[in-house]
Amino acid sequence: MNALLLKLLVQRIGLACLSLLAVSVVVFAVTGVLPGDAAQEQMGQEATPEALAALRAQMGLDLPAHERYLHWLGGLVRGDLGKSSVAQLPVSELIASRLPNSLLLAAVTALFAVPIALTLGISSAVWRGSWFDRAASTAAVTVVSVPEFLVATLAVLVFAVQLRWLPALSYLSNIESLGQLLRAFAMPVLTLTCVIVAQMMRMTRAAVIDQLEAPYIEMVQLKGASPLRTVLAHALPNAVGPIANAVALSLSYLLGGVIIVETIFNYPGIAKLMVDGVTQRDIPLVQACAMLFCAGYLILVTAADLCGIVANPRLRHR
Amino acid sequence: MTDRTSFDPLVGPEESRRLFGALQRGATRRDILAMLTAGGMQAALAGSLATLAGTAQAQTPRKGGRITVATNASGVNDTLDPARQSNQTDYCRGFMFYNGLTSLDGSLTAKPSLAEEFTTQDARTWVFKLRKGVQFHDGKPLTPADVVFSIMRHKEAATASRAKVLADQIESVTVSGPDEVTFRLASPNADLPVILGTYHFHIVKAGTTDFNAGIGTGPYKVKEFKPGVRSVAVRNENYWKPNRPYLDEIELVGITDESARVNALLAGQLDLVQAVSPRSVDRVTASAQHAVFETKSVSYTNLIMRRDSSPGNNPDFVLAMKHLFNREQLLKSIQLGRGVVANDQPIATSNRFYFKGLPQRAYDPEKAKWHIQKANLGGTPIPVVASPAATNSVEMALVMQHAAKQIGLNLDVKRMPADGYWSTHWMKHPVGFGNVNARPSADLALTLFFKSDAPWNEAAWKNEKFDQLLVAARAEIDQAKRAQMYADMQVMVHSEGGIGVPMFISSIDGHKSKLKGLAPVPISGMMGSSFAEHVWLDA
Repeated sequence: MNALLLKLLVQRIGLACLSLLAVSVVVFAVTGVLPGDAAQEQMGQEATPEALAALRAQMGLDLPAHERYLHWLGGLVRGDLGKSSVAQLPVSELIASRLPNSLLLAAVTALFAVPIALTLGISSAVWRGSWFDRAASTAAVTVVSVPEFLVATLAVLVFAVQLRWLPALSYLSNIESLGQLLRAFAMPVLTLTCVIVAQMMRMTRAAVIDQLEAPYIEMVQLKGASPLRTVLAHALPNAVGPIANAVALSLSYLLGGVIIVETIFNYPGIAKLMVDGVTQRDIPLVQACAMLFCAGYLILVTAADLCGIVANPRLRHR
Repeated sequence: MTDRTSFDPLVGPEESRRLFGALQRGATRRDILAMLTAGGMQAALAGSLATLAGTAQAQTPRKGGRITVATNASGVNDTLDPARQSNQTDYCRGFMFYNGLTSLDGSLTAKPSLAEEFTTQDARTWVFKLRKGVQFHDGKPLTPADVVFSIMRHKEAATASRAKVLADQIESVTVSGPDEVTFRLASPNADLPVILGTYHFHIVKAGTTDFNAGIGTGPYKVKEFKPGVRSVAVRNENYWKPNRPYLDEIELVGITDESARVNALLAGQLDLVQAVSPRSVDRVTASAQHAVFETKSVSYTNLIMRRDSSPGNNPDFVLAMKHLFNREQLLKSIQLGRGVVANDQPIATSNRFYFKGLPQRAYDPEKAKWHIQKANLGGTPIPVVASPAATNSVEMALVMQHAAKQIGLNLDVKRMPADGYWSTHWMKHPVGFGNVNARPSADLALTLFFKSDAPWNEAAWKNEKFDQLLVAARAEIDQAKRAQMYADMQVMVHSEGGIGVPMFISSIDGHKSKLKGLAPVPISGMMGSSFAEHVWLDA
């Protein structure tokens, strides 16, 4: 069992490094294809050829693309993410100021969304075909079909503008107490929960049903186990693999894909930083964010696989 | 403001605007008296006028309070380097932390700021006398060397100054006395003090290389500055202007999404928001605690017809397109009336050199049809490039396309993404749209966009006589002669230029009614970005 885990882990880390390298090449190449560069974006309408040339030299954009890439890669190996060509600050500093915000929002959202999704999913699987199952599934699909900007905007209009219960923006001044944190996070978390619950719930339901229909469950039932025990002690451990993967996918979305929520609630997270980086053609910043998202995704997926193996009785007792 | 109309016949609209602007920025009765008598008015008449003005603005500004302000842009490119500032978020911060040698008032006239006095004989050599006793935020006194550094750095390519084109006309700035600098220009320019009143020419400490600390002489000091997140400014207790600023603290955030800005204003979290869409005005004014603040003519979106390529090289095509603008309709349907109908002349009505005598070009499909037939372009569709980057241009293009169809002209509207529009598309297609922000002087508006050799000569329109007039007008100190020259130039652009300007667009800001002291500076919203030292919170 341990040898199996270790082998998997080593394999995964090796693959992850390769994926990161491939992603960095692709992102670098794609940002190179975008019209204009950082110097042009910064000068905007005021760009004159000589000012552009000076700015490019300053930003190191006068070097050929492959040299810039290798220079960046060399820095990365040494643990140096480079300097933002637009903000004139180290990229690590920019990311350090935003990443904790994103992680906090993701953590709070996960805290609410994952238990809700699992409970709904398992209940629907147990009572499959019942009115509860149909209602829960319909509701989940409906909610996920409504675009998040609509959910967020409606929530703001109702709870902030009309009722004035909650703040319309989630980050204005420093948050000092837990109460303030919950109030500030209520609407972003609600919006994000609407987006991610459905997928996790549907996956859980399918995975658990898959197990519940297996012959060994019939055996469990014949042995006289209670329905609760049947599901939680026998079916669920075997279904953890796919569920953990669905959860991992949803959480990786929370890390970098919440640009709409960050924009509407003016929350300074990492997604907005990356979009900034793209619009400003700030290649070092875009590269660093891409690496971060990619690494986050790989870590989550690997963790999900490990969870699946550890929880699976057949693999555990081998 | 209801009393302003009673003022107009007495002192004329321009003076009235100047007085009321001053009052709203907190001028006292004595200041008004001084302004009027300085203009050569009889003391007795001035006295009664100042009293009238005083009662119109009975409230005295109150000190104290904290406001949160949202502008419409923010990103990692936020900067406190005056030379590199590129959007209104930056400009607003600039006016919090820095001062210029001059500042612009409601009629875009240069007023003394860090310079107490400025004089010239020939508009080519200018002497600026610096105010004594001004200190930077770190306690260092302001010296002429700081001014020399702040201005001359724009000329170096490595500074990457957005005002380099303007700075290039300055040959040298030298220290000519203990509190005096002398500017030497490459050619005479009567508007130099106006140019120096704009944000890029704010004065920084000599030798500064890292601008993130925002050390200036301005009304507020930097407490926190996080690019792309927010800035917090606190009152500068040693500010050189007596009794200013009024507020204790200003937090500034950039929120790109318009509805998020308006919602947060209405939910009571923000006190002032920049750039409210005309479509949101009703929502803001429906609330008893909120109001909008309109600044007329802050920009225009123009149709560019390149005169150096087909079809723009055919004057009949250009005239036809100019007659195809249904200007009133465009203003009403796209801007909901928040703007002013324009007449293909790039100088706005709020400018002192706006030429009133130019007959308004009307929407005339018949005339347009006649010109199109004369131009004989055949039936090939003509591509027109528009983009959300140029405010309202997509809507304008669609309205024009419809009007063109009526006269048998086939316009093919090509919608480009906002991202990268200025570097990849602007001025690069025979027919397309641009957007030009108001400039503080008529000379700049014409020099930057219409001079034959200007890098942003949008329509590639070349006219030697125009260029000569432009240079002559710049050097002219006699106001009447100067006005005549600008009138002639506006006529030329109107009749031969390759651009069509259907309307001037207003800027609309939203604020809590409790926030007082806002008065238009017709160069951009938020009082030309300089609101920070003028606004105050009513109890």
